[in-house]
This record gives sequence, C-alpha cells and structure tokens, in this order.
Amino acid sequence: MENAFGQPQNVVILGGSSDIARAITKKLCAARTSTVVLCGRDQTLLDASAAEARDYGATRTDTVLFDAVDPSNAARVVEEAFAKVGEQVDLVIVAVGLLGDQLAMQNEAEAAARMITVNVTWPVAALAEVRRRLVEQGRGRILVMSSVAAIRVRSVAYLYSGAKAGLDRLCDGMADSLEGTGVTLQLLRPGVVRTKMTTGIPDIPFTTGPNEVAEYVMKGLASGERVIWSPPILRYVFAILRHLPRPLFRKIADR
Amino acid sequence: MSGTSLTGWGRTGFSQARVLRPRHDDEIAQIYRDERFVIARGLGRSYGDAAQLGGGVVLDNRGFDQIGPVAADGTVRLGAGVSFDELLTVALPLGWFVPVTPGTRQVTMGGALGADVHGKNHHVDGSFASHVRALRVVTPQGTFDVSPERDPELFWGTFGAMGLTGFVTELTLALAPVETDQVLVDTDRFDNLEAVMNAMIDGDANYHYSVAWVDCMTRGKHLGRAILTRGEHATRDEVAEVSLRAPRTGRLRVPFAPPSGLLNRASVRAFNELWFRSAPRHEAREPQSIQSFFHPLDGVRDWNLLYGKRGFVQYQFVVPDDHAATIEAVITRLSSAKVASFLAVLKRFGPGNRGPLSFPRAGWTLALDLPVGAPTLARVLDELDDLVLEAGGRIYFAKDARLDAAKVGAMYPRLGEFRELKERVDPRGQLTSDLARRLHLVGN
Repeated sequence: MENAFGQPQNVVILGGSSDIARAITKKLCAARTSTVVLCGRDQTLLDASAAEARDYGATRTDTVLFDAVDPSNAARVVEEAFAKVGEQVDLVIVAVGLLGDQLAMQNEAEAAARMITVNVTWPVAALAEVRRRLVEQGRGRILVMSSVAAIRVRSVAYLYSGAKAGLDRLCDGMADSLEGTGVTLQLLRPGVVRTKMTTGIPDIPFTTGPNEVAEYVMKGLASGERVIWSPPILRYVFAILRHLPRPLFRKIADR
Repeated sequence: MSGTSLTGWGRTGFSQARVLRPRHDDEIAQIYRDERFVIARGLGRSYGDAAQLGGGVVLDNRGFDQIGPVAADGTVRLGAGVSFDELLTVALPLGWFVPVTPGTRQVTMGGALGADVHGKNHHVDGSFASHVRALRVVTPQGTFDVSPERDPELFWGTFGAMGLTGFVTELTLALAPVETDQVLVDTDRFDNLEAVMNAMIDGDANYHYSVAWVDCMTRGKHLGRAILTRGEHATRDEVAEVSLRAPRTGRLRVPFAPPSGLLNRASVRAFNELWFRSAPRHEAREPQSIQSFFHPLDGVRDWNLLYGKRGFVQYQFVVPDDHAATIEAVITRLSSAKVASFLAVLKRFGPGNRGPLSFPRAGWTLALDLPVGAPTLARVLDELDDLVLEAGGRIYFAKDARLDAAKVGAMYPRLGEFRELKERVDPRGQLTSDLARRLHLVGN
C-alpha cells in the first residue's frame, strides 16, 4: 500500500535491469518499498539489481525472465510478477526499451520492426494487462519511461524517437482514460542519461546521471504530476524546440 | 470495476471501491457471503486510509440511523450510523451531553468506537469506550451482542480496531447530564512549552476539560508557546439565561480546493502569530458555546479543502508521562525542519483501557496538521516516529497515512491479542482496509 507521500510498498518493474530502473529501485527501497519484483532479459543483471534492492531496505525480492521481442509473453510476465508480489501492487514501472544503432537498422526491415516491438508493442501489451489488474484493485500507479526524444523526432534517431513518441502519446491518452478508476499513469521524460544504453553518445546540455533521474521520479511520485521531466528545465527547452522552424531544429538536432 | 473514489479527511491516497448502505444485520451477513473484502465507513473523518478499501466493498454505516429513548440513567440505544451532531440535536434539549466528543460533531458512533476517540476530558473520563455499555457486532462468523461482561475480548477488541473486528450496527451509550449549553472557560497564554506543561500537570485535575494549542514554528526561548483552555459545563446558577439548544453547523463552506501551497510556511506562521496574539494572557470563567469550545472547526464546512489538491497529513502520538521530554524534542525537530505546521493540540491523557488497539494511554499526546508538499516531510516524520518509539509511545491509526509497517508491532505490543480475536471472528480475513494492508495489521 502506498502512503500519503506517494511512497509505494510493493513494486513491479518491467525492464528492471536498466540503469535508470536500478537507480529508481534503490531510492524507492530507501523510502518505503519492501517488495520488489524485477523483470528483464538478463538474469545476472536482475539478480544484481535484486541484491542492490535488498541492500537498500527491501525485504522481499524476486525476478521474472523475459525478452521483449515477443509481445505474446507480455500478459504472462505481468501475471507472474503480480503473483510473486502476492499482495496488491502499488506501482508498476515500465522501463523496457532499446536505443539501437540507427545507421545499422534503418535499411533492415527486421531490425527496424524490432525497434517498434520492443519500445512500443511489448510495453503496450503489458500495459493492457497491468491496467486490467490495477483497475480491479481499485488503486495503483503506473510509471512509463518515455523520453524527451518523443517530443520531436530527430532524423539521426528516428526509429527510437518515433517509437517513444508512439508510446508517449498512447500513454497520455491512457492516463486520461484511467480517470475515476483509482489508478493513475505518469510519464517519465528524461533527457540524455549517462547509462550503458547511451555509452558513446557525447554529453549534450542537460545530460544527467541515473541517480538524478531517480530523484526527480521520487518528487514526481509525491506530487502526482502527469509528466515527470528530468531535469525539469527540459519542459521549457522542449516547449521551444518543438515549435522551432524545421531548418533551425535540424541545425541543432541532426547530429 | 465501477465504484466510488474514496479518501480520508486528509485527501491523500484515493482508492476505488463499491459502496453499499445496508439497513439490516441480515444484509451484512449476506454481503460477507457474497464479497471477498469488506470494511465499514462512517462520515469519512479519519484522516488517512482507515475507511477505504481498494477493489473491495465499503459498507456505509449511515443506514443505521435510529436513536432510542434516553433512559432515566442517561443510557441510550442507538444506531452506529448516528453522528454526534444528530445525537446532540436530540439529546441536548433533554439535558444530556455526549460523554466524550472528538473535535468535530461530524463523526458517527461507529467511527468513534472504531477509533476509540478521546476528547478534552480524557484525563477525567477516559475514551469513548469507557461510556459504551453494549455493542452489536456483525462479523463474518455471526452477530454478537457484547459488553464488558459478555465476550469482553470482542467488546474491548473492537475499540481502536478501525472496523477490523466487524461491522457495529448498534450500541448502548451512557450520556452525561448537563444543566446548560454553555461552558465556562479559563484561558491562559504561556510563552514557552515548559510553562504550559507545568500548568497542565498542576491544574488539570481541577478541570473537567483541558487542552492546549501549541505553536510548533517558534524557536529559542519561545519554543512551544501555547494557549491553554480549560473549562466546565456551566450550571443553571452560573448563566444569565438558561438554555439547552443543540449546536448548529456553520453555513460557511470552502467551495473548492485552492492550489496546494496556499498554506505555506509564511501564511501558517502568520496565522499562528495572529492566533497567539489574539488570545488573552489570562481570562477566567468566560461563557462559550459548545460549538466554539468543542467543535471550532465545524464552523467552516469542508475546511480540509484549504490544503489544496495534495492534501495534508495529521500526526498524532502519545508518550508516557516519564517521557514528557519527547514532546519538546518533537517540537524542536519540527521547528527546525522546513515544514509548515499549524497550532498543534497538546493534551494530557489519563489511563488507557483494555482494548489492545486503543490509542490513548497515560501521558502526553500531541496532534498537528501538516500540508503535503515539503520534500523533507516524509523523512522528518519517520524520525519523529523513532523518537516516539524510543519513549515507548505510539501513533494514532485514525490520523495515520504514512507510518512504517515495521514499527507498528513495537507501538502496539498487544497486536497479537487482536490477531487472535481476528482469527476467531474473521478467519478468512475478509475485514480489511487500505490502512490494514499498509500497516500489515492483518494478513492480506
């Protein structure tokens, strides 16, 4: 059960071995989270993340192994994760995602399709099952990892940005649809974060580390705001960027 | 599922449940057969998540609204859905007052016994339980008529159990005789905490009612400055005009929730200053109405909306007399933390009762309202819990929305007795609530 400050006790994390998810897990466990079920595709990383969660105060951790290239497993993964929690789930974090190498994928049908499967289709399938279960509980929260890249799709990463844009817009509508159910959905839109996924990408302005993202997530869970920007100033930066004339935007973003 | 969104008076954690309003004991028995999880709710004045149950069925007790005749000895049999306001409307003109009243009349009898509420007279009269002669409790294992003599475990176990032992439909309450609807009040202003606490230790025994309002935002030599109000019901000879009129709820209403942040450190500090300065240094035997002495907040309806969309938490704890220093430690911590806190209520409790989950026990209790929003608040309150625990004290479930489940066992060492009772009357664990789940009071 979540407390008055938006601090959950029972948490399910889909994509639980990503660096951002791990940073969030640590902060949650340091507050009130006692049960964490981590779901991901690398057992070693999941186990490491679970051990970390226990170090930070979790009393019960478990893992579910899955690969997001196959959306037909999504409902089963969610079912298994909820069963392993065994009580009402307070928060589900959807942090499944793939950045990929645009140049290597843009001429490859299968690779391009996989970007949509992992970044959109699997999360959307999982969200359908999560939604059903939380609405039945009469309460609960969903946090979906989007990206500032979803706000305006860049030519050099259109597969990733476009996929995130799809997920982001879809979740915005889903959040509205949940009104009056006791369930809420919040979107996390981080800027560039220094993680294993972004290794090799140069630091651009407003780049943060995973711990800073986790800090903004904790604040966002407390305030309940629909969109959590990390860092918050990006809300204003992207309010401008999204309306820039195309030539100017490309001059800034096409690199 | 389609349902109703419910929250406590602090408006923090909402959850969705199906709300039913039964009118007979049999209907409740049928609901236990048909539904998996159930909890009772009255007028929703618990601050936290005690009277809500995500995904379950919430039983509104307002269908049990009958009030029987008041016997010559002051006892009255009445439905658990009757509010203090409704009871006083009937009883006060006959010369009977409620034996214990919380700070608002908008509480049902069922809510009052679920929380085992206390009033300004706890040091003399004990909590609500002390004045209840009998209860009818409808549990998943059947309907029980209980009293201190008949099934005392279920009788006492129900007080403070926040509805987890069963749905109370009726009770017999012993009212207290009064001659007028006026209270004669002595008011004293103190510049610091030590002075007011000493005055309460020395003088409380001379008064039927006693409570102090403490400023938790001042520091240094004015730390914990306070206004102490103590009073007695006025007798016929003590008032110019004898009347026994029931109090009326104010017509003022907060129309909507303003943005969170309206009540911030600056505005609350200014309010506290104004309140403190407007009190007389000493005033004796001032006649006050029941509304202004017992239920000042009933003057404005929906005042909880003033805290805005994010809502607020109330923090109330009790510590034993030999740990009175904890009161000062808590106020010191709060005044140095960057949180806004309204005037807190300080009161001395008399001895507790036999209820394993009843909150009051001999010592000092402090209650304060805190708007949600300050980023440090969650951690500061966790630290205060530790101070309270070290002192052998406890937190009040009726106010709580954030306590760490790991600390409940130490605060309520008789939790095991409650769980044994629960096993007897509700072996499938059907009676639960968001609060019970959050604090692991019962199995899930």
